[in-house]
Amino acid sequence: MTMESRFTKGKSSLLERSLGRGRSEVALSAFALLFSEMVQYSQARVYSVSELQARLSELGRHVGARSLDTLVLRERPGRRDTRLLGALLFIKVNLWKALFGKEADKLEQANDDVKTYYIIEREPLINTFISVPRDNSSLNCASFTAGVVEAALAHAGFPARVTAHWHKGTTLMIRFDDAVVARDRALDTR
Amino acid sequence: MSRQANRATENKKISSELFSLTYGALVTQLCKDYENDEDVNKQLDKMGYNIGVRIIEDFLARSNIGRCNDFRETADVIAKTAFKIYLGVTPTVTNWSPAGDEFSLLLETNPLVDFVELPDNHSNLVYSSMLCGVLRGALEMVQMAVDVRFVQDSLKGDGSTEIRLKFLKRIEENIPAGEE
Repeated sequence: MTMESRFTKGKSSLLERSLGRGRSEVALSAFALLFSEMVQYSQARVYSVSELQARLSELGRHVGARSLDTLVLRERPGRRDTRLLGALLFIKVNLWKALFGKEADKLEQANDDVKTYYIIEREPLINTFISVPRDNSSLNCASFTAGVVEAALAHAGFPARVTAHWHKGTTLMIRFDDAVVARDRALDTR
Repeated sequence: MSRQANRATENKKISSELFSLTYGALVTQLCKDYENDEDVNKQLDKMGYNIGVRIIEDFLARSNIGRCNDFRETADVIAKTAFKIYLGVTPTVTNWSPAGDEFSLLLETNPLVDFVELPDNHSNLVYSSMLCGVLRGALEMVQMAVDVRFVQDSLKGDGSTEIRLKFLKRIEENIPAGEE
């Protein structure tokens, strides 16, 4: 992307506008209908459940990257978490509150694996209005949320793979890159 | 959905940022999937239409608003009730045609365009064209054929955002077979 096309001249004052506090709200049903159209649109262009989930995750990534930036500027001006647990808590508490109006229900680490964590939601907002077709019971539209988390973590410097599963409600499984865990360990011993 | 579940979700709100960012993700995806802006506009309008057809049910159920007697009343309901419920904003109704069959909705703030800047190579993109489809679809379900289009767009440097609605005709129910 060239400089000229990135910084459009005088057309919009977006970059000068205050970031605000982001308190305004819209109806949940407006979001639900929009999301439903997105799922249907995506569904018409794929051949399998996993492709559909990948597409939803891709859409979520767009949201996650932008949410992280606005949130950090608002709530942690000039500072970002360098520790893995801090970054995860920022997602569970701050990001969730900003997007879904409440904290995520649970954050857990896998017993048997140091690089795997779970964010568990009993009643995820994204799935409120979605009935899963019986012949596609593995489909989880929370893949969208998984994409949000994946992008937020990646942009914060903690690359991970995030997937959505049906387990105790909806569980997002976060698998960090080996390098992320190694770095966090190195910080421990310093 | 059961009655009780309905009541619980009746007036639930959600952060407008999640809404606008999600819409942005969709528009971005459509721009990747289609080659030109007109096709993106069309697709957004089509998805809006699908939403409109469904949202009218929700609206009538929760607002207790009966049949509108004329287009002016329709305009008021759209601006003061519907936009308020779903997007949390109240556009101004203005620029009536002398015949009373055309008016404009002036939007000072449009929740869809928070954080949005149009790149120069998308000058034909009508970013919020989903709104046109929603209005058209919803009104069609109450037997009104209406033409809806953007005539001003703050994203394109216009002073405000203006949606123009033109009443075309009443849609007759139950046309007998073999007749026009």
